[in-house]
Amino acid sequence: MAHPPQADDTAPIRTVPLDSWHRDRGARMVPFAGYSMPVQYDLTGDLARRCRGGVLAEHLHTRAHAGLFDVSHMGQAILTGPNVAAALETLVPGDIAGLKPGRQRYTLLTNAAGGILDDLMVARMDEDRLFLVVNAGRKDIDFSHLTTHLPAGSVLTAWPDRALLALQGPAAAAIMTRLSPAAAALPFMGFAAANLDGIPCLISRSGYTGEDGFEISVPAIHATALADTLIAEGNVVPIGLGARDSLRLEAGLCLYGNDIDELTSPVEAGLTWTIGKRRKMNWDFPGGVAMRDQLDNGAARRRVGIRPDGRTPARAQTPIMADDGTEAGIVTSGGFGPSVNGPVAMGYVRKDLAADGTTLNLLVRGRTIRATVVPLPFVPHCYRR
Amino acid sequence: MPSKAADKRYTKDHEWVVLDGDIVTVGITDHAQEQLGDLVHIELPELERTVAEGETIAVVESVKAASDVFSPLAGKVVEVNETIAEDPSIVNSDAEGEGWFFRLELDDPDVFETLLDQDAYDEFLETL
Repeated sequence: MAHPPQADDTAPIRTVPLDSWHRDRGARMVPFAGYSMPVQYDLTGDLARRCRGGVLAEHLHTRAHAGLFDVSHMGQAILTGPNVAAALETLVPGDIAGLKPGRQRYTLLTNAAGGILDDLMVARMDEDRLFLVVNAGRKDIDFSHLTTHLPAGSVLTAWPDRALLALQGPAAAAIMTRLSPAAAALPFMGFAAANLDGIPCLISRSGYTGEDGFEISVPAIHATALADTLIAEGNVVPIGLGARDSLRLEAGLCLYGNDIDELTSPVEAGLTWTIGKRRKMNWDFPGGVAMRDQLDNGAARRRVGIRPDGRTPARAQTPIMADDGTEAGIVTSGGFGPSVNGPVAMGYVRKDLAADGTTLNLLVRGRTIRATVVPLPFVPHCYRR
Repeated sequence: MPSKAADKRYTKDHEWVVLDGDIVTVGITDHAQEQLGDLVHIELPELERTVAEGETIAVVESVKAASDVFSPLAGKVVEVNETIAEDPSIVNSDAEGEGWFFRLELDDPDVFETLLDQDAYDEFLETL
């Protein structure tokens, strides 16, 4: 039996503040984006009574109760300066000036060709400060891009000595209510500073699972205490990167490097909604002209949801063919959806094949698997509006 | 299924093989299922298919990835375990028993002896 290819482990590997906390709870640690991260858990003791662990059980536990994710590998930074929102708007298509204190927004760093350098969360801390969370594998590129291209007066300060925990699932709100009623009252994409069990945190109501939940930035020295507190508050178990990926795929959310990259545009990716209404007046951001052209004339390809017939998963890089035998596109994320209880995928197809209900053919190990274009997400979002 | 330790062999690809006459029963080892995690889909070979040693004969899929299963020996597929195709979790719960994959009629039963015995496989696992 052949093992799936492992991530490159030649680079020096960094650890997250919760490294030993994960190992003590049965985590299988794997290299990911330069960090040693938990991919799944063989849970023991009290936690095993809540959930046996493993990708399937962790996924379903998050959708049914709540899961605690360590995403401390992601890049955190503070951006300060006069007119900081206007400064960031020179590099992203999002409406940042319209972001009120206490609100967070999903946006994109784009290049002049209209490609995506990264996707990120931007929260308005106050008039002069923005809090940024970027992808682990892109943070060096992002921070250097921002430092190089932001107008004079803007100062980007990386915040490496912090952890980032995500509490996700239908039970997350009740748990947060016991720790901080103010944080629990946040609306979807709300953002606030709050103390949790005496620990100073920055909390947003957001996540990467499609469920209600919170992302909590905490000083590294308090990460273990916070994780213990959150696990003690209810039917919560730690969840690894394996289930994080299947949860986000079912939720139809993009993974940078798979579903979006420097060669995909927000229009092709179905992320046109991230272009601020006001920004569409002037298109004065990197790649704006290219994106306007794609919106006017239609992008050549579109990211769509794909539901393979049967039980065989179609993985990333699976070729997609049209019924007439012509090339249709490629799968960019694919696997098994535990809540769907079947294979799910997304990928890019020619614009004439992007309508819901279009039938496609996936080439898996030399065989053709029938599939259908379906709306995303595969599992309805349960955000708190 | 006969499972006297003396009749059981292993491969470095983490398959177990049990000989009965000139028929072998093949599955993946407990170590393999543990490494793979929860299995969600299994593709078994067609009956009557003849396979060479080392040929890809089945595919196991976890939530995250697909992995090939290789034929440990040359022969003809005479039986497949449809039960694990319907419920792949059987392989996770009982990889070296109810979770068997297929049975092969060997071209040359003597070759069975060239596979790893339990001690050799255990030693091999130590090196991983």
